[in-house]
Amino acid sequence: MRCRKCGEKAAINMRQHKLALCGTHFLDWIPEQTQRFIEKYRMFGEDSRILLAVSGGKDSLALWDVLQRLGYQTTGLYIGLGINEYSMRSQEMAEKFATENDLNLTVVDVADEEGATIPEASKLTERGKGKPCSVCGLTKRHMMNRVAREGGYDVVTTGHNLDDEVAVLFGNTLNWAVGYLARQGPVLEETAAGLVRKAKPFCRFYERETAAYTLLRGINYIYEECPYAEGATSIYHKELLNQMEEVRPGLKLSFYLSFLRAKESGLFVQESTLAKSKLAQCRTCGQPTTAPDQCAYCRTWDGVRKRRVTTREGETR
Amino acid sequence: MAVRLTLRDKEFTVNPGTTIRQALKLVGIQPESVIPTRDGELITDDEILKDGDHIRLIAVISGGSL
Repeated sequence: MRCRKCGEKAAINMRQHKLALCGTHFLDWIPEQTQRFIEKYRMFGEDSRILLAVSGGKDSLALWDVLQRLGYQTTGLYIGLGINEYSMRSQEMAEKFATENDLNLTVVDVADEEGATIPEASKLTERGKGKPCSVCGLTKRHMMNRVAREGGYDVVTTGHNLDDEVAVLFGNTLNWAVGYLARQGPVLEETAAGLVRKAKPFCRFYERETAAYTLLRGINYIYEECPYAEGATSIYHKELLNQMEEVRPGLKLSFYLSFLRAKESGLFVQESTLAKSKLAQCRTCGQPTTAPDQCAYCRTWDGVRKRRVTTREGETR
Repeated sequence: MAVRLTLRDKEFTVNPGTTIRQALKLVGIQPESVIPTRDGELITDDEILKDGDHIRLIAVISGGSL
């Protein structure tokens, strides 16, 4: 297969676009498309202060690299989850990338902030029923917003790719979770109640493309999967969607774009308005919540700390 | 000789003469879920496998808390 632009040997074939490119042209294509998505979805401007959530994985490091190449002002945020060797290795990757590219990286450690790691917390809460992914997601979202608010950032960006987006969309559609569907999209607007604007500049790239970009750019990322991701519903949904993509190239992209068009034409307006009107401030942390008193984050972590004390008292008796 | 496909700690052996895409389906790997490389170079999955080829497959699916 040959590169459509220069006729050299292709490095990647994107069947959904009927487009094959060589390494050089693919490395130009990704930033061009990213800039197009940033403008199309009005994610942020050239003077925006961007906080970029960095996990040490392929997507976030590729996004950091692309935004840097495009000339945006970014600060990375690494959240230490305390998942043993995996967290240590991923932090090393994030720090190495920041040092090599002379970029600022803020590191926040969950155990330092809240007194327990994510795996410890997941054993001490009903949330997620023993699986850490739920507590992990909740904690990351809360900490990203907190650091962004405290640091006066205009926007938080994440490396979510199209496969991430359609896996969530698929799950929410299967459950008709209209509240979640109303909130999903390339941009989550800021709210008066204190949610910082969120943007996903890679939301239209397939996961293969972000992986190919990191490989071609020679970016070292954590290749191992999070030990808790095995059996995760999101991965199961991705596999199902890839089976369909295999038979119908472009199905994932079409699913996502059709959803965005439906949303734009007002499909979830009622749910969206309702969710915004329900937002109040958490009495403990001041962050926005749809709960009447305390946000899910504070409720969860207060519960973890209480159970931790009870467990310790039990052990010393 | 044959063709070796490796994905993380798994290794598969296939016959030469087929495309990478066909070989992946034969061993039960979704072509969308990997990037094939040979000698560190990315290659497209329409490449015909040759005797003695070693194709390293890079897994691209990640998940957990999205």
